Amino acid sequence: MLSAPIWPAVFKPAHGKIRVRNRPTSTYIVIPSMSELRVDNLHVSIGDQQIVRGLTLAVPRGEVHAIIGPNGSGKSTLAKVIAGHPDYHVTKGKVTADGEDVLGMEADERARKGLFLAFQYPSEIPGVTIANFLRAALQARLPEGEELEATEYYAKLYEKMELLGMDRSFTSRSVNEGFSGGEKKRTEILQLAMLQPKYAILDETDSGLDIDALKIVSRGVNTMRGPDLGVLLITHYQRLLNYIVPDHVHVMVAGRIVRSGGKELALELEERGYDWARENTKEPVLTR
Amino acid sequence: MKPEAKAVDIDRNVGDFHYKMDYAKDAGRGLSEKTVHFISDLKEDPDWVREFRLRGLKTFLEKPLPTHWASKDLETIDFDKIRYYLAQGGGTKRTWEEVPEDIKRTFERLGIPEQERKFLAGVEAQFDSEAVYSNIKKAVGEQGVIFVGSTEGLKEHPEIFRKWFGKVIPISDNKFSALNAAVFSGGSFIYVPPGVKVKHPLQAYFRINAESFGQFERTLIIADEGSEVTYMEGCTAPKFETATLHSAVVELVALKGAKIQYITVQNWSANVFNLVTKRGLAHEDAEIKWIDCNIGSRLTMKYPGVVLKGRKARGEVLSIALANNGQHQDTGAKMIHAADETTSNIISKSISIGTGRATYRGLVHVPKHLKNCKNNTECDALLINSTSRTDTYPAITVRGTGNAVQHEASVSQVSAEQIFYMQQRGLSEAQAMSLSVNGFVNDLVRQFPMEYSVELKRLIELEMEGSVG
Repeated sequence: MLSAPIWPAVFKPAHGKIRVRNRPTSTYIVIPSMSELRVDNLHVSIGDQQIVRGLTLAVPRGEVHAIIGPNGSGKSTLAKVIAGHPDYHVTKGKVTADGEDVLGMEADERARKGLFLAFQYPSEIPGVTIANFLRAALQARLPEGEELEATEYYAKLYEKMELLGMDRSFTSRSVNEGFSGGEKKRTEILQLAMLQPKYAILDETDSGLDIDALKIVSRGVNTMRGPDLGVLLITHYQRLLNYIVPDHVHVMVAGRIVRSGGKELALELEERGYDWARENTKEPVLTR
Repeated sequence: MKPEAKAVDIDRNVGDFHYKMDYAKDAGRGLSEKTVHFISDLKEDPDWVREFRLRGLKTFLEKPLPTHWASKDLETIDFDKIRYYLAQGGGTKRTWEEVPEDIKRTFERLGIPEQERKFLAGVEAQFDSEAVYSNIKKAVGEQGVIFVGSTEGLKEHPEIFRKWFGKVIPISDNKFSALNAAVFSGGSFIYVPPGVKVKHPLQAYFRINAESFGQFERTLIIADEGSEVTYMEGCTAPKFETATLHSAVVELVALKGAKIQYITVQNWSANVFNLVTKRGLAHEDAEIKWIDCNIGSRLTMKYPGVVLKGRKARGEVLSIALANNGQHQDTGAKMIHAADETTSNIISKSISIGTGRATYRGLVHVPKHLKNCKNNTECDALLINSTSRTDTYPAITVRGTGNAVQHEASVSQVSAEQIFYMQQRGLSEAQAMSLSVNGFVNDLVRQFPMEYSVELKRLIELEMEGSVG
């Protein structure tokens, strides 16, 4: 389908931003670009069950895209597949980052290439402090024989912690061990800030957050917005999108994107419901 | 080969090399009264030591293997094929320059002289049956601290040596302590005078170089009233086809108010049977702490113990065992409370990888007539693969009304989700595993002197590399 995208010869693809309105639904053709995270006609199964069924999406650096959808629509699966979780089986389709195929890479290689996933349910790592964990993660990104500079590292760590309203004593606590839901999510965003990926997927980062924590986390993400970072927000509440305002919104139902639009789409969806979003979308649609 | 892979290869096998040696002194294979007399003659033992050895031999031959509770693997040791004494016969030197070149290069390759310069108060290096080098820093010697090999200790300092030798661990304690009594050679004798606090650790390094060999060192440490000392032992052997036996006896005596800390980082190659008896006697207000790390060997059976003989004596065992493919680490602790207000603490952590098996055996004994004794036991096991195994056999007897005991045990696994989480942050699967394992032992390792905690972390990383993929 999209493996050989067709566009009128007069248009030159510049950073994948050309929009071609050639579909009845208000969706866009995805034009390949070197600076984007791109999912092409992705099909994913776990066991015999198809969870993602022909999903296409592109998140260029510099943009924030939101995927909104009901429980069970395959949003979290999409996030994990992009990050390289070994339990899922990609039956068809492609995922590329900056034009490079990532599906053949181990999760850690994808991470070092600049893919970051803020987990919905982050794991606990007993006995490993946040400071040591992040240090090991940053060290893993350096070329052989190069050592992370400790003073600079701590200066940066403390700066980012301050931004997220985290006490310095946090650095010596074991990663996520005994953390409240809010503390876990803040720690995810702290890692995002420290690792400075090219593409960040935030999986239900708003779940379990009270309004104050939501504001702090959102401020953290908003500070990082800029031309070097592409963000994919996954949520089933429109609430988060009041704080992190997306450039594009995609509605995901039953393993596909059924509708895409600007930030106003989320509000419209809230009013009209998912049945409305599903109308006229018997075929998988092209998105942007 | 990628350069980093090559570097790691060399590192992992840091102890896996051996040089061909001509042994001037060789007791031959097998064990009999003749073997014992050979060793006694060679060492010019006083009569009481010769008798001690012969009693050891008799007891060893009488006692059955403890296979009714311990691993059947013990039956594969062929005691007739083992060589019980091997040495070049050059004696123990005080400087590395005097140590024969072929032996010196072994220890240089293991980095011992370098460590000595950096952070040790004294070093003894044993090569097969005998100490080839033994020296303490001048300032430490001037305080009256004695640090020599066991043979020299019993000859030069009989008045202290004989008083305590074989008193903490009697010949008949077990089959292997009896074997050690019969053929012991090498090991350290340490005496710290009253009130002397030795700031830096004293270290012994045990090296097996010969095949089908048995190393039977005997260590006796006496800390006189109010003194303090830390002793550290390390060990390696090359990987041979045939089994090698290491059966040491270590006795510690902490007199009133003294403190002894004994640290072991055992990294024998995977063909070594490591069957060691270690026990300390803590007098009034004294403290004995065993820090015991078992990484290598085919089968280790070792349960460091403290007999809390005086009021307010304290005993502690902190142990880490890592059992990789084909290895069985059968380790634990013994705490015998024999006075009021004595306290003991046991923290044991084990990691089983592949088909590795880690067993914890603990004995805590508090008799009825004692008051205000306390014991805390924690043992945690971490399983890496579905084929890994762990067993826990705690035996805790606390009688009487005024004593308290606390026991906690846990078994956990490194979950696939945890590894994925760490990989998502950019760590390779092996790095993620070793970070998890280091996290698991972290609170214990933090109590070690810095140099050893670094070394231990490095060893764990090397072991974890082979466990994935």
